Amino acid sequence: MKPLLKIISFAGLLLSIGPPILLFAGKMEMDSMKLWMGIGMVAWMSTAPFWINKPSGQ
Amino acid sequence: MSNRFFKKIVGGTNEFERTPVPEQSLKGSRSFLGMYAGEHTAGTEFVIGPLFVAHGVSAGDLVFGLLIGNLLAVLSWALITAPIATAKRMTLYYQLERIAGKNVVRWYNLVNALMFCFLAGSMIAVSATAVGIPFDLEMPTLTDWFPRTAGWVVTVLLLGAVVTLVAIQGYSQVSKFANVMSPWMILIFFSAAIVGLSQLGVGSAESLVSVAQEVIWNGVPLPGMSRFSVWHVIFFAWFCNMAMHIGMSDLTILRYARSWKAGFAVFGGVYLGHFVAWIASGILYAVFLQANSGSQEFAPGPIAYQTLGIAGAICVVIAGWTTANPTIYRAGLALQGIFPKVATWKITAVVGGITSLAACFPALVMKLLDFVALYGLLLMPMGAVIFADFYFSQKMGFRSEGALSSKSEFSLPALMSWVLTLAFCLGLNLFYGVEIFFLGLPGWFVAVAIFVALSKVKYPVSKSLAA
Repeated sequence: MKPLLKIISFAGLLLSIGPPILLFAGKMEMDSMKLWMGIGMVAWMSTAPFWINKPSGQ
Repeated sequence: MSNRFFKKIVGGTNEFERTPVPEQSLKGSRSFLGMYAGEHTAGTEFVIGPLFVAHGVSAGDLVFGLLIGNLLAVLSWALITAPIATAKRMTLYYQLERIAGKNVVRWYNLVNALMFCFLAGSMIAVSATAVGIPFDLEMPTLTDWFPRTAGWVVTVLLLGAVVTLVAIQGYSQVSKFANVMSPWMILIFFSAAIVGLSQLGVGSAESLVSVAQEVIWNGVPLPGMSRFSVWHVIFFAWFCNMAMHIGMSDLTILRYARSWKAGFAVFGGVYLGHFVAWIASGILYAVFLQANSGSQEFAPGPIAYQTLGIAGAICVVIAGWTTANPTIYRAGLALQGIFPKVATWKITAVVGGITSLAACFPALVMKLLDFVALYGLLLMPMGAVIFADFYFSQKMGFRSEGALSSKSEFSLPALMSWVLTLAFCLGLNLFYGVEIFFLGLPGWFVAVAIFVALSKVKYPVSKSLAA
C-alpha cells in the first residue's frame, strides 16, 4: 500500500511543478495549469500524511 | 524524521531541559537540513518578498544583497551559535538562567512571549487574506494600520480561535502537518516564480534580466514606502533571524548536533526560504501590480490565488497557519516559565487571545520587516551575553555563569547589558536616524563590551578564589 501512496504523492508534486513549466513553455493554458496544480495539491495532501511522518523514515 | 526531532526540542515533553544532551541523543547534520528547510519556507515569506518590491529594491541590489546577507546569516549560525551549542549542549533558557539568573530570564521570557504573539498574529492575518477570498472580503492596503471592515475583524478572530483551539490540543499534530506540507510548499514557491515570469512576458535570459530590472524590482518604491538600498537587503537577510543565531535561541536546537559543523545545515533552508521564496513571492506581487495598476491592496492570499489558483490560496493559508501555530505554542512555553503553576491550556488560550487581537491590525503585516528587525534586536543582547560569557570569562578574568557561581537569581551585568544596549540602539535611532535594520551589529558589540566590563567588576576571578 505504501509504495502506491508514495507514487500518488510524487505524482502530486509533479503536478505542482510540471504544469507551470508547461505554461512557461507555451504548451498549456493558464486555467488548465491551475486545475492540474489543484489536483496535484489534493493528491499530495491526501497521501503524503500516511507515509512521510512514519517511524520507518527515521 | 525532522518533525519528531523538532517536537522533542520545542514540545512540552522536552528532554534534557536542565542537563546537557547525552551522546546517544545527538543527531547528524541531515536532521537539521530538513528541519531548517521547513522552518524557513513559511508564511512570512509571502509577505517579505512583496515588501521588498514595495520598498523599491532594485533587481541587482536584491540578488546581491540576498546572496551576501544570507551567507552572513549562515556563518553566524555556524561560527557563533553552533560551537557554543555543541560545547555546552544546554537550552538557551537554562544557559541564560545560569548566567543571568532566574529573575532576569523571567523578563526575557515575557518579551519573547509578546514578540511570538505578534509574529503569530501577523501570520493569522496572512492566512485570513486567503480565507477571505470566497467571501469577497475587502483586503487591507499597504498603508493600513487599523482594520478596514468588521468583516476583516470577524474573519481574523474566527481564524484566531481555530488556530488557538488547535494549539491547545498540543504541538504534535500541526508539526506533523507542517512537515508533510513543507516539500509541496517549496515547490509552490518555485511554481510561483515560473508562472509569474511567464505572465510578465519572460521568454529568454535577456528578457528575464530586463523584466527583473524594469518591471519587478525597478528601484521605485510604491507611494508611502521608503526606498531600500542593497544595505537594507544585506542587513535584513542577515538579521531577520537575529534572535535565532546571534541571539542564541537556536542553542536549544543545535545542542543536539553531533558537530558544530551542523550549523552549516541552515544553508539549505536559508537559501530556499530567504532567497528562492522571497524572489518568488516578489515576482507574484509584481504580477499582481501589473494586473491591478495603482492598487494599494496588499494581501498575499489574493496575490497567490490570482497567479496559481486554488493551490496558491491554500498554500498561503497553510503557510500562515503552520507558522502561527508553533509560534503560539512557543509563546505559551515562554509564559509558562513565568507562571509555572498555571495550566498549559489556559496559558495557550490567553496567548491565542492576544495573538488574535493583534492579528486584527494589518500594521503587523505591512510593517513586518520592521517588526522582525525589532524582535531580533530586543532579544539579541542576551545572545551577546552568552557569547561573552563563553569566550571571554577566562581571558578577561571574570567568573563564568555569574548567577550560578554566586548562587544568585539575578545578575546585574546581564540585565544592564540588555537594558543599556537597547537604550544605546534607541539613541542611535532617535538622535542619529539609524534605521532599525542596522542597529543589531553595533548593538551586539556594545552588549558584549558592557557585559565583560561589568562582570569583571561584579564577578572577579580573584574574589572567587579568595572565597
